[in-house]
Amino acid sequence: MIPGQFDYHRPASVSQAIGLLAEFGENARIVAGGHSLIPMMKLRMATPDHLVDIQDIPELKGVREDAGALVIGALVTQTELIASELLAEKCPILRETALQIADPQVRNAGTIGGNVANGDPGNDMPAVMQALAATYDIAGPNGARQVAARDFYEAAFLTALKDGEILTSIRIAAPAAGHGYAYQKQKRKIGDYATAAAAVILEMSVGTCSSASLALTNVGDTPLYAAAASQALVGTALDETAIGNAVAAAKDITDPAADSRGPKDFRTYVAGVMVKRAIETARSRATA
Amino acid sequence: MGKTHVKLTVNGREVEGLAEPRTLLIHFLRDELELTGPHIGCDTSHCGACTVDLNGKSIKSCTIFAVQASGAEITTIEGISGADGTLHALQDAFKEHHGLQCGFCTPGMITRAYRLLQDNPNPSEEEIRFGISGNLCRCTGYQNIVKAIQTAARELSAPKEAAE
Ligand SMILES: Cc1cc2nc3c(=O)[nH]c(=O)nc-3n(C[C@H](O)[C@H](O)[C@H](O)COP(=O)(O)OP(=O)(O)OC[C@H]3O[C@@H](n4cnc5c(N)ncnc54)[C@H](O)[C@@H]3O)c2cc1C
Ligand code: FES
Ligand code: FES
Repeated sequence: MIPGQFDYHRPASVSQAIGLLAEFGENARIVAGGHSLIPMMKLRMATPDHLVDIQDIPELKGVREDAGALVIGALVTQTELIASELLAEKCPILRETALQIADPQVRNAGTIGGNVANGDPGNDMPAVMQALAATYDIAGPNGARQVAARDFYEAAFLTALKDGEILTSIRIAAPAAGHGYAYQKQKRKIGDYATAAAAVILEMSVGTCSSASLALTNVGDTPLYAAAASQALVGTALDETAIGNAVAAAKDITDPAADSRGPKDFRTYVAGVMVKRAIETARSRATA
Repeated sequence: MGKTHVKLTVNGREVEGLAEPRTLLIHFLRDELELTGPHIGCDTSHCGACTVDLNGKSIKSCTIFAVQASGAEITTIEGISGADGTLHALQDAFKEHHGLQCGFCTPGMITRAYRLLQDNPNPSEEEIRFGISGNLCRCTGYQNIVKAIQTAARELSAPKEAAE
């Protein structure tokens, strides 16, 4: 399978990239790791006339801390994310999630920016970003702006990104030390997207859950921030009843597609199982 | 939509050529450079038969355009044996342990295992299985591939015998 023809550009800075995107308008597409876009181009589900390859832009690389926030450059690959000691210490759910994405070769190419900007409900990082209340830094012809991960996803492959904009980095307020976390993903095999998956970040304070944040992958048109399910946990000891309430509230907001991963009911059922396991795992990891 | 200039270092040799931007690296390697070791198994980024080493990382060459790789250093299965044709320890071990049957997955499998052992010279069985999880084999059932990689790991990390 050979994609359609296009012209190739490799800008060296964000401003050059924005210039190219402005020049070619809706016929241009950014390529980062290419591991979602190239398969879509092979299938002619994407037919850009211009590809703007951002791999040489230094501003988009690396992981750093900035005024207490973790800032992850859009070009950080899943492999780099797994290797980052800073992230392993401050925000280990990212490593746990990245390890469940595809295989070593795909993780070497795929970037975090591409994963969250792509808008495929099967991508794993968007729900994690919603659970972490991350914000996305966006640069465009009219300057820079920020959009919360919880407000970013509008429909499948439709996000708050406008033509000509680049997602430059992801900003996460590091969860409190001792927080509990888990990303639980059911997939049929390595290299498959989730049948259903759940991300949980929570804090415990003398046996009581003092904050909780839950989001779901691939059981709707977009990643789903599960506000009611999160709320059902706060103020409880994360006992069986509380977990049952959260599972029910999470299942309530799912609307998965019936596909080769199973019929709707099955995928909703699996989402419930993932939520339960994620809460239990997060609880066991929380200290205090 | 003209052709673009592509410059690579492949198996230690600098090569240049013209390619349409849409030319995938696997096609550039196989059709332009006549390096037919890397195979096309699935063309959908799943099987790993097209695996090559790019700037010290394993990648699937069916899912990157040759122009994106321009400037990179690439190693294919052809660059893994010695210049005089001596087999690499991995190639030897695959042969000894029946790590291949039809051989279609083998170039990708060995190229991937080569990088795995550079990154982790003493992997556990589990680490080997996780490390080659992007490479599918329809014949062997993996058991002998894992054995071969374990043998090569031991071979490569054994202190070289002191030359008299
Ligand atoms: C076999 C296989 C299995 C996979 N399994 C999973 C999985 O289980 N879970 C998962 O989450 N992913 C999976 N993926 C997808 C993989 O993680 C992709 O790498 C990722 O979704 C996209 O990142 P990329 O850098 O490759 O983006 P690209 O493919 O380069 O781009 C994807 C889209 O995002 C846009 N884009 C990229 N970067 C930016 C940016 N900085 N700003 C604005 N727009 C941008 C592009 O224009 C394009 O529309 C799989 C891929 C393969 C090939
Ligand atoms: S041919 Fe590239 S992964 Fe199968
Ligand atoms: S030996 Fe036949 S596919 Fe692996």
